Amino acid sequence: MTEFEGKTVLSLHVNGNFHEVLVRPSDILLDVLREQLGLTGAKAGCKNGDCGACTVMVDGWPAKSCLMLAVEAQGKKITTVEGLGGKAAVQNAFVEANAFQCGYCTSGFLMVCHALLTQHPVMPDEIVVEEWLQSNLCRCTSYQEIREAVHLMYDAVQDADV
Amino acid sequence: MIPFDFVYCRPDTLREAADAFKRYQGKNKKAVCYGGGSEIITMCRAGSIHPDAVVDIKGIPECGILEKDDCFLTIGAACTLSRITESKLFPLLGLACGRVADHTNQCRITLGGNLCGTVIYRETSLPLLLSDAEVTVGGPDGMRRVPFQNIFDGRVRLREGEWIVQAHIPVWALQARHAHIKKTAQEKIDYPLVNVTAIWKEDVLRAAFSGICSRPFRSRRVEAVLNDRGLPPEIRAEKAAGLLPEPPYHDVEGSGEYRAFVFKNTLCELLEAWQNDRV
Amino acid sequence: MVMAIGKSIQRKDAWEKVTGLARYTDDFPVTGLLCARLLTSPYGHARILKIDTARALAVKGVKSILTGGDFQELHGPLLLDRPALARNVVRYAGEPVALVVAQEESIAAKAVRLIEVEYEPLPVLLTPSASLSPGAVLIHEKVTGYKRLLTDIYPEEGTNIASRYRIQKGSAGQALKKCDYIVQKQFSLPASDHLAMEVRTARAQISADGKVQITTSSQSPYAVRRQISDAFMIPAGQIQVTVPFIGGGFGGKSAVMLEILAYLASKSVGGKAVRLIVTREQDMAALPSRIGLEADITLGADRDGNIQAAQMTFRLDCGAYADISPYMAKAIAVDCTGPYHMEHVLCDSLCVYTNHTYATAYRSFSHESCTFCVERAIDLLAKRCGQDPLEFRFRNAIREGSTTPTQVPYTESLIGDLRKCLGRARRLSQWDAGAGTPIKENTVKAKGIACFWKTENPPTDAVSGAAVTFNTDGSVNLVTGVVEMGSNGQTHLAQILAEKLGIPCEKVHVVLSVDTRAAPEHWKTVASLTEYMAGKAVLRAADDLLQQLRSNGSQAFGCPVSDIEVSHGRVYSIRNPERFIEFKDIAQGYQAPDGTSIGEPVLGRGGMMLKGLSMLDPKTGKGKTGPAWTLGAQVVEVEADIRSFSYRILSALTVIDVGRVINPESMRSMVAGGMAMGMSMASREFVSFSSRGVPQAPNLRTYKLMHLGQEPDYRVDFVETPQDDSPYGMRSYAEHGIIAIPAALANALANAFGIEEVTLPLTPENIWKASQKEKP
Repeated sequence: MTEFEGKTVLSLHVNGNFHEVLVRPSDILLDVLREQLGLTGAKAGCKNGDCGACTVMVDGWPAKSCLMLAVEAQGKKITTVEGLGGKAAVQNAFVEANAFQCGYCTSGFLMVCHALLTQHPVMPDEIVVEEWLQSNLCRCTSYQEIREAVHLMYDAVQDADV
Repeated sequence: MIPFDFVYCRPDTLREAADAFKRYQGKNKKAVCYGGGSEIITMCRAGSIHPDAVVDIKGIPECGILEKDDCFLTIGAACTLSRITESKLFPLLGLACGRVADHTNQCRITLGGNLCGTVIYRETSLPLLLSDAEVTVGGPDGMRRVPFQNIFDGRVRLREGEWIVQAHIPVWALQARHAHIKKTAQEKIDYPLVNVTAIWKEDVLRAAFSGICSRPFRSRRVEAVLNDRGLPPEIRAEKAAGLLPEPPYHDVEGSGEYRAFVFKNTLCELLEAWQNDRV
Repeated sequence: MVMAIGKSIQRKDAWEKVTGLARYTDDFPVTGLLCARLLTSPYGHARILKIDTARALAVKGVKSILTGGDFQELHGPLLLDRPALARNVVRYAGEPVALVVAQEESIAAKAVRLIEVEYEPLPVLLTPSASLSPGAVLIHEKVTGYKRLLTDIYPEEGTNIASRYRIQKGSAGQALKKCDYIVQKQFSLPASDHLAMEVRTARAQISADGKVQITTSSQSPYAVRRQISDAFMIPAGQIQVTVPFIGGGFGGKSAVMLEILAYLASKSVGGKAVRLIVTREQDMAALPSRIGLEADITLGADRDGNIQAAQMTFRLDCGAYADISPYMAKAIAVDCTGPYHMEHVLCDSLCVYTNHTYATAYRSFSHESCTFCVERAIDLLAKRCGQDPLEFRFRNAIREGSTTPTQVPYTESLIGDLRKCLGRARRLSQWDAGAGTPIKENTVKAKGIACFWKTENPPTDAVSGAAVTFNTDGSVNLVTGVVEMGSNGQTHLAQILAEKLGIPCEKVHVVLSVDTRAAPEHWKTVASLTEYMAGKAVLRAADDLLQQLRSNGSQAFGCPVSDIEVSHGRVYSIRNPERFIEFKDIAQGYQAPDGTSIGEPVLGRGGMMLKGLSMLDPKTGKGKTGPAWTLGAQVVEVEADIRSFSYRILSALTVIDVGRVINPESMRSMVAGGMAMGMSMASREFVSFSSRGVPQAPNLRTYKLMHLGQEPDYRVDFVETPQDDSPYGMRSYAEHGIIAIPAALANALANAFGIEEVTLPLTPENIWKASQKEKP
C-alpha cells in the first residue's frame, strides 16, 4: 500500500527522464508539469476536464492532466508536447494543414493525435478519429484543418513505412 | 488547483482498502473512494467536497478485472469506460460508456466512478439495471454480493465505508438485442436530455432511462405500456410519458416540457425501430 | 515583382506553436511570484453592507487583502464608471469584491473563501427593456456624473442609458407609409462569451523607483499603459507593458481590467511581483463577455421589391458597466441597414445598463448581433414581396449612387462589390437547386442566405508604427505593436514588407511579442485593422529603409541616388546592374575594398495616423467612422428533422470581398474560423442567468462550444475589389467570417421548419418552442 500525506518527493518519468518533484497529494499533474518542471506546453484552459488543452500522454493514452493527481503519475510514462521534440509526424502535419491559429489548444490536440497514432498505427475509421478529437476544444480554427492534419499525419507515417 | 490537502492512499489489496477506510473512519476523517478521479478533483477544486483522504482503488487487482466465465461477465469497478468499450464484451454497456463525457475522459473515468458519482445521470447504471446485474460490495466486514437494483434507487446506496468492487452481468444479456439512444440539448459531448436504453429478453422489451427525471430509473409500469404491441408507437410513448415516477427534470440544458417532448419522440423512435426490425 | 503577396506563406509562429515553445502570459516562471485571487459577488445587484477580512487575513501566507473601499479611482475606455473592486454596491454577479494576495495560489484561494461579505439585495434588471421601463432602479445613480473620455459619449441623466446614437437620413416615417410591403419584427438576443481558450490573466510588479511592469494577455498593451497612467497619475514612461503570445482574443482581451487589479495587488505588497490567477468560471462570469441585443425593426418595400425605408431601434445590453459598448451602439447605427440601398433610414441605437456581466468588444464589434436582426427582417420582407431571398438582396444591394446610413457616398473602393459576391454565392452554393427539399420522411434540406458589411469605429486619431532593422545576413527584423493572438497579422505584415523590399518572406523576421518600451505604438490589435494600419506603417518603414539603402548605394557606386535600384536583396546602379552589393554588405553602411567606410547603418521607421474620419453628427448621424467597409454574402445549408426539431449543418459558404488576397490559405482559414465561431455561437451558446441575475453554470461543461465532428463543410471564396488606400488593396477581413453566419443559419432553419420566430441560440428546444407558439 502506498500512502502520501503532506508534501512528498516523487520521481516522475517525463519525456524520457526521471524528475524529482515536491508535491502535495492534492496537486494536479498539470500544475506540477508547468510550475515545477517548466513544461508549459500543456495549458490550463478550464481545469475542469472540458477543454483538453492540458492533454498529455500517459502510458500511451491521452489524459487530461488537470484531472489527474501528480501522485498518480508515479510509475507511469508521461509524454508532453515538449517530448515530441519537433520530430513527430503530427507536428509537421499540423504545420502543413495550418491546423491552429492562436496555438493555445494546439499542444492538447497534438497529444491526442499522437496518442491516436500510438494506439492506432494504421488510420482508423473517421468516426474513431472524431471520437478521440472530440475531447478537445479549439476556438480559432474550423476543425476542418485539424481533421486534415490527422490525415496528413497518417499519410506521412505510411510514406515513411513504405 | 485544489486549495486544501488530503491524504492519498493506494491500497494493493481489498483487505488494505477495507482497513484504510476503517482507519480513517476511526480518526474521524472523511475518506472517499477514488477511481478515475475526474469528479473528485473537479469537486475539490470547486470547493463542493473536502475529503480528508482519497482511497485510490486502481491498484487492487479485483477492481481491475474484466473477464467472462460461463455465467457472468465480471467488470472491476476501476475498469475505465474506454476499456469496457474496447473489450466489446457487453456492447450495450460499451455504447453507454462511449457516450459518457469524451474519449480522453473515458480513458480515466471508471465504471465505479460513473455509478457512484454525484452527477445525476449515471448512464452506465442503465445497462446494469436491465440485465439483472449483480455487484460485489467491499466493506469493513468483508465482501457481499447483491443484485444491483437492491443498492440502486437512482443513486448507489451503500453503508458507510463500503464501495463497489465489481459488477457481474449475466451472460444472457451480453449479446442480447439492445438499443441505446442518447439525446442531448445540441452538443454531442454533453449530459443527456434523455437517455433511453433498452434490452430485449425473449422478445420482451426492458427499458431504463436517464435525464428525463432527476435520477436514472427502470419502471415495470412503463415497460408494460411499451410492450403493449397492439397500440401504435405514438400512443405507447404518450402513455409511457404519463407514467414517469416524478415530473421531468429541468435545468439550464433543457426545460421539463421539452425533455418530455424529447422523451416521447425518443420512445417513438425506439418503438418504430422495433416494429420495423431495425434494432 | 511578386515576392510574397498572394502566396500561402506559412505562419511565422508555426513551429513555436507545435512544439510547446510559444509562451503565453502564464507560461513564464512562477518562482518567487505572489499569487492573487478574486472574491466575486454572488448577487446580481446588491448593496455591500460589510466586508470582514479578519479570518482571511489570519491565514498564514496571506500578504494583503484589498476591497473597494481602498480606492477612489474609476476606470473605463470611454466613460469612467467602473471601480477596480466593487465599492458600496455590486452591479453584476461575478463582480470582483475583494482581492487576496498570498504566497501561494492555494493559500489565496483558501483565504478568499474566508472573507465574509454582507449584502442587501437590490432589484435586478436583466433586459434593456426592463432597464428602460419607467421607475426602473438606476444601476448607476448618476451616470452623467462620470468623466467622459471622448466627446461622443452621451449618457442620459436619471436613466440607465450610457449612450445613444441616431441616424436620420431621408424621412423614413413618410416613406414607410407609401410602401406596399412592410415587415415589423422584434428581437431579443442573449449575451454569450468569447471563450478564448486562454483564460485572461495578468502579472505586475513595481520597482523601488516606481517603474511599473505589467505582463498581460491583452490585445491593447498601449491602452493598458494609458489607462493605468491616467488612473493612477503615473507618467506613461514609467509603465512598461509586455504581451507575449495570446491564446485567442476575439475582442475579449481588449478591455483593460485585470492589469489594473494586478497593479493594485503588486502595489499592496510593496511592488513585489504578483500573478493574478482567474479561473475559467471567473473568466466567464466576472470578466467582460459579449453583448445582448434587443431590436425593433421595420422595413418597407415597393411592389417591385425595392426597399424604400427602414425604421429601427436597437437596445444594446452592455451589462453593468459601459466599457466599449457605447461605441458598439454607435457601430450598429453606422451599419444598421446592412449593405443595401436604402434612402430613408431612421435608427436609434441605445447602450443600456443591466445587471448582466458587463460586455466588451466581441469578434465583429456587435455586427453579428445587429446583422442577425436585419437579415432576418430582410428574409421576411423578401417573402412578403414574393421574391427569392438571394434575388431580393441582389436587387437591393448597395451600389453606385447609394449612400450609407451615415451618408457616405458609395464607391467600389470604399465599400466593395456585393453583387459580385452574391453572384458567386448563388453559383457556389447551387442556390437555384432548390430550397426546402424533403429528402426522406420527416427530413428536409434547406438553405439560408444573409449578407454582411462592416466598417470600423476606432478613435479618429488612432496610430500605428513599424521599425525595421537588418541582420548581418541581409535579412530584416520587423517590430510592430501588433499582438499575435492567432489572426496571423504578423505574417501578413512580413509579406507586405517582403514584397516592398523585394526579398523572400523567409528573409523577414518578426518580433512576435509586444513590449511598449520597444515597439512603436499600435492603437490596439482589434477591428481587423492590422494590415491596414500597421501595414501602412510597414510600407512607410520600408520606403524609409529603401531610401537609406539608395543613399548608401549612391555613395558606394559614386552615382546619383536616382540611378540606384534596390531589388532581390541587392543594391545596384541601373547603369550597370551586373555590379551589385548585397544587403548584408551595405545595410550597416559599406566598407570599400580599401577600407573606407561609406554611408550609414540603415534603420527603417514608419508611422501612420488615421485620416479623414469624423464624429457623427448628433442629429443625423452624418459622418465617417472607419477607413472603409468589407462586405460579403454567406449561405448555410441544413438538414432538419421536422419531428424532433434537431438539425445537422451540412455546409456553409462565405463569399467575401477582401480587396486583395495576400495570403490565400491564411485568409481562408481565418474566415473559416470566424464562420465556425459564428456557427457555435448561433447554434448553442448563451449565458443563462437566473431570475436574480446569477449566471448559471459558467463553465465549459455546461456552456457548450461546438466540438469537432459537428462542423459543416466550410467553403470560402474571395472577391477582389481593391481598397485604393490600403496596402496592396487589401481590406479588413479577419473578424468578418462570423458576421452573417447566425443570420444565415436562422434563415435556413426558418425555411426548413416553416417558422418565423427563430432566435438565438438556435437550439432544438428554442425552435420547438417557437413552433409551439406558431402552431395554427
